[in-house]
Order: sequence, then structure tokens, then C-alpha cells
Amino acid sequence: MKSAIAFWNILLKDMKNYYLKPPNISWGIIFPFAWMLMFFFRSGKAFDIGEIFAGIVAMSILFGTTSMLAVTITFERRGRSFDRLLLAPISTELLVFAKISGAVIFGIINSFIPILISVLYFKSSVANWYLLFVSIILLSIVSTLLGLSIAVSAKEIFEAQTFSNFFRFPMIFLCGLFIPIASLPVYIRPLSYVLPVTYGVDILKYSISKANHLYIWLDIIVLIIFCAGLFYFSIFNIRKKWIV
Amino acid sequence: MESIIRVTNLTKKYGNLTAVDNISFKINKGEIFGFLGPNAAGKTTTINMLIGMAKITDGRIFYNDNDITGKIKKFQNYIGVVLDESNLYEELNGYENLCFCASLYGIRQFKRETRAKQLLEIFQLSDAANRRFKSYSRGMKRKLTIAASLVHEPEILFLDEPTTGIDVASSRQIRALIKKLNDDGTTIFLTTHYIEEAERLCDRIAFINKGKIIKIDTVEKFIEDMSQSNVIEILFDPGYFDKDILIDRLKQNFSELECSFKNENTIKVISQAKIDISPIISFLSSNGIYILEAKLIRPTLEDTFVKLTGIEIDLMKKEKDKK
Repeated sequence: MKSAIAFWNILLKDMKNYYLKPPNISWGIIFPFAWMLMFFFRSGKAFDIGEIFAGIVAMSILFGTTSMLAVTITFERRGRSFDRLLLAPISTELLVFAKISGAVIFGIINSFIPILISVLYFKSSVANWYLLFVSIILLSIVSTLLGLSIAVSAKEIFEAQTFSNFFRFPMIFLCGLFIPIASLPVYIRPLSYVLPVTYGVDILKYSISKANHLYIWLDIIVLIIFCAGLFYFSIFNIRKKWIV
Repeated sequence: MESIIRVTNLTKKYGNLTAVDNISFKINKGEIFGFLGPNAAGKTTTINMLIGMAKITDGRIFYNDNDITGKIKKFQNYIGVVLDESNLYEELNGYENLCFCASLYGIRQFKRETRAKQLLEIFQLSDAANRRFKSYSRGMKRKLTIAASLVHEPEILFLDEPTTGIDVASSRQIRALIKKLNDDGTTIFLTTHYIEEAERLCDRIAFINKGKIIKIDTVEKFIEDMSQSNVIEILFDPGYFDKDILIDRLKQNFSELECSFKNENTIKVISQAKIDISPIISFLSSNGIYILEAKLIRPTLEDTFVKLTGIEIDLMKKEKDKK
């Protein structure tokens, strides 16, 4: 019960303190809109929402979650308020779980903005709603954990932001979101398969238009393995670097 | 006396650097135990090992005679920690900060709200309860940080340099609060570089320097030992001279005396025997120093510290305040 109280309050504090701030909310809304507009101007006419639906959802999650956690944790580390959490009688696992939960929820909410616009306004169809939820949840968790791994490695906020972009931008082009992996040069393709986002995007594409290229069960298993790996990598790094 | 914390052969190494070197001590239940030493003496590293923020290279830590080495998480329920920086949440107000900190210890909402109000009252921060932490003065921040470490009513409170960098009035208030907490039964482990603070607050003190404990005793015993000594302070007009050279020359000419700078314009001379002041004054005058006053003073804890460590107090304070 004591752990549950601590967990809930860390989550609540993060949501109130960081995620529900107007700049973050507007970022979550503006970002997908900006991408839609970009495609609209590029095509110069009404565009096929089905082509970019998965891309915008994935980008909303990826950009929303990775930057949030990377920045908030680095910010708390710099002000040493994170030490307060490390000094509380809660396990590091619970603490990390509480910290990532806020970002995961933020990522999920973020993803629903383009989904609602696409489905309600552009009348896009979703082939499998159940798998769409699964992909959103898994993508949010894995992106958040990527952000956490970056946060644990960075000392300053600008460093965290630079690291985030260093990973995020190549990921967009390598994960099969806009360029099919099969179209990438052969020597680059292995890189695509070591990126967790590739598997999340594959489920997302399947759930929207059944345009996947891997087995869905394989995507889910690989993503779960990535989540567990990144979670324990971050815990290992927190214990190693922050409890010196 | 029953010990609440016992430490044996505690060592901390960072690569080739030994920050804490094989120290042993115990903190008795209900006392204020002080760790006094200059910058980089190993005070904060020791606290960090005791609270679980630093890994132990060697040694053991006992809490109520239970070995808690490597399992300090379980013991964190019983301790309150005030780090050397006020580390609450800038965006939250005073009341929210206290409620949040209480929630980390699993305290239920009604109880944590009551406790937060009670602490704000005790620390005279009720008027600032709804103001954001970032708008607080340094003294207020420090007070709220101490209050936050007490939300779960810990048995022992670790205070790392609680009054460093804050104004005199706030420091005095914090000292009074520490004393009150201790009177109410909380055991306190305090690190400080302010000797007067240690002298005023602590029951027992450990002098630490370069990672080693030099001596542990009660304040009374330290002063009593020194009362056998004679101490003279020589006040002079500050001029242009090299302090190190002057002290070296004094030591060469008066080897039986312990000479050190108390501050920029005061030399302190300590001796077990009676001090003949006239040759010292002649020597200083011949070195171009214009003497304003020379007086025999009652030995203090500061004198003991200087005698045992050879560290200039003024230099120690300046280093810390600069930091």
C-alpha cells in the first residue's frame, strides 16, 4: 500500500508539474498538425491520409515521450530533487516505473490527437483497433524507455535534447515509417532491425492498413524484449551512475 | 549509552583517491553528533554512504545493532536527510512539497496534509505555504527542506551543512529548531564547518580531515583538555606580508608555541606553558607588523580543532562560503 501511495503521487506530481503544462500540451497537438500540413503543402492537393496516418501517430509518440522524460529527469537531477526520490524507501524499479508511467500516458494521449483527426475528420479507416491500441501502448513504453536511457546518460538538459535528436531523426528514416525498409540500401537494413521503433511501426501499419512486413507476434515479442532490456539498462545505469 | 548507528572501518575510494579512510564511530540515541572538518574532509561522502547515496568500498554500518550494509533501502524509512542543497520542487508550493515528500513514505492523504500543516507551523512558514518554492528566500528554502525531511517523523536526522550560505537570522532559527528537534527525541547527525555551530549544538564531535577521524569526544571534554593551555590572540594592522612565511618564521623562532592565523589580522598563539608575550611582539614588530592588541583568551573548541588539525579556521570558512 505504501509503495502504491508513493507510485501514484510521483505519477500525479509529474503529470501536474511537467506533462499537463500548456507548452507540452500544445507541442502534442501542434506537432501532428505540422506534419499533416507539411504533407498537404508537399502534395499541393488533398492528400491520402492513409499514407501518413501511421507515420504521424508514431512520430507523435516518439517525439512526445522521448523528449519529455529526457528533459524532466535531467532537470530533476540538476536541481537534485531526484535525490529525494532515491532517498525514499521505495525500490529503484518502482521509482523508474512511476517516472515512465507519466510519459507513457502522455504518449498515448498524444497519439490519439492524430487518430481522432484522421478517423473523425478525414474518415480514415482502421483495420484492427485492438492492435492499434497494442502498438500505441508498446511504442509509448519503448520510446519512453529510450528517453529514460538518454536521460540517465546525459548531465545537462541541452545534452539530453541533443542525444534525443541524435537517436530520433535517424530512427524516423530507418524504421520503415516513410521509406520502406526493403527500399533502403542493403548495408543499412540491419540498422533498421536493431531499432525498437521499427517493430512498433510494423504493428501500427498492420493495424491501420495491414501493410506490415514482419510477423505481428514477432513484433510484439521483440518490443517486449526491448522494453525489459531498456528498463533494466536504465536501472543498472541509475544505480551505477547516481549512487556512486 | 545505546547506539542508534554504529560504523566500523568505513572506507570509500574513488579510483586511487581515498575519500573516507577506515573510519569507525557510533551515534548514540538522542544525541547530536557533529562531523567537523574542512572542505573535502570526507563529511559528505560519509553521510552519503550512511544514507545510501554512495556505495561503500569497505566497512560495515549497523542500525540499532542490525547490520544494514548493502541494505540501506530498508533503513530509509527511519531516517530523514537534508542534503547540502535545498532540493525540493521549484514548481510546487511549500504545502504541496511537504505533502509530496510525505507520500514518498506511503503516508495517507489526511495524515500527510495534517503533518504538512503542522510542520509549516513549526517552521514558521504557514504564511508562505501557498507560494512556490522557487520564490522562497535561501533561508526559507533551507527551513522547508528540513521540514520535508521530518514528514515521516524519522528516528535520526542527517543534516549536511544545514546553515551554509544562509543569512544570520535564518541560521539562528535553524539552530534553534535543530535543538528543539533533539529535545523532542530525534537523534541528529550534523556535518558542519562552522565550529561555533558545532560547539553550540553538538553533544559529541568527530574532527575529520583528509578522510580520517582525528578525534571524537564530547564538546566539554575537548574544551576541558584545552583549558590546560594558554591562548593569546594578537590583533595587528593588516599589511602586505606573506602569511605562510610569517607563520613559518614564528614557528622557527618559537618552536614551543603553536601559531596560526585566526583571520586576516589576528594571530593565535597556543602553548601548554605560560606565554611570554614580549619576545613575540618584538619579533612581529621587527617584521614590520604593527600590533594593535594582544590578549589572553579562554580556550575554545576552535583552538582544539586548530591544534589537532593544523587547519586555519578562517581559510576553511572562506573556502566553504566561496563554494
